[in-house]
Amino acid sequence: MTKPVSSETVVIPCSGIGKPFGSVSREAAYEVVDALRPAGTRLVALSRLVLGDDEAREAVAGHPVVTIDGCKLACAAKMAKASGARTVRELAVIDTFRRHPKLKPEGIAELNEAGQQLARVLAEEVAAIVDEHAGRKGTDA
Amino acid sequence: MPELPKRKVGIVACSGEEIAEGTVTRLAALRVLHELRPEDTVTICLPLFLAGGEGDRAFARFYPTVTIDGCDKRCAAHGTATYSAEPAASVVVSELVAECGLGAVEGRRRLNEAGRQAVEATAARVVSLVDGLLKPARGRRFAATLPSAGP
Repeated sequence: MTKPVSSETVVIPCSGIGKPFGSVSREAAYEVVDALRPAGTRLVALSRLVLGDDEAREAVAGHPVVTIDGCKLACAAKMAKASGARTVRELAVIDTFRRHPKLKPEGIAELNEAGQQLARVLAEEVAAIVDEHAGRKGTDA
Repeated sequence: MPELPKRKVGIVACSGEEIAEGTVTRLAALRVLHELRPEDTVTICLPLFLAGGEGDRAFARFYPTVTIDGCDKRCAAHGTATYSAEPAASVVVSELVAECGLGAVEGRRRLNEAGRQAVEATAARVVSLVDGLLKPARGRRFAATLPSAGP
């Protein structure tokens, strides 16, 4: 029997601390779950998936997942799949940056204004995916 | 005289994005890596132990590691031990906050004052661990890396 997939979307940013793109991924995730779509989303920490935490794995397996990666190693996307995620949209900060090359992120602990703006653009993309999932769920019901 | 490789300590932060203490781990690690001990430390993202290659998994076998965890789940310490090698030392922010009598750490996106104090306290603890790991080992272990005189 397959597990029902809830309309709540799980957002998983990468845990990178070496480059500004990692910071953008996190900032975008926080913008979505704290500001843009607080009711329809939740954040799951990548470290809990590394640990194999049961609750984190259940959340990933039972909800649509959007991963946001800061580099080509795509840790968030790989870990989501390895943890049983079925519906995954994989986003990469670099793709959003290519569409908005003027928004060059700098700083890691503290993103510059361009990095903050890039994160907001990316967050809007995630929010659109969340809405798409929610709409699909509504149609199914 | 041959130039010997510099011995460094690996810093692995849990980075737990769900809680404010996770943000403390990340900022404390950055403070150590970029400001307090830039010559003595390196880092790796925790998920790379699983998502990366063998080189990433060998990280803790090359470097003695100090793990920084936000909570008692200790994802960084367990993950490092499971997929690379046992950490040489570990710090848990929630325990350190209690030990130092700091207030409630809040604001995973923007830390409150207690959170900023926790960053400083955590960074200071990590620095003392890094120094402790490097100091006694310098002469002995560096000598061990010298080419042997042969059988």
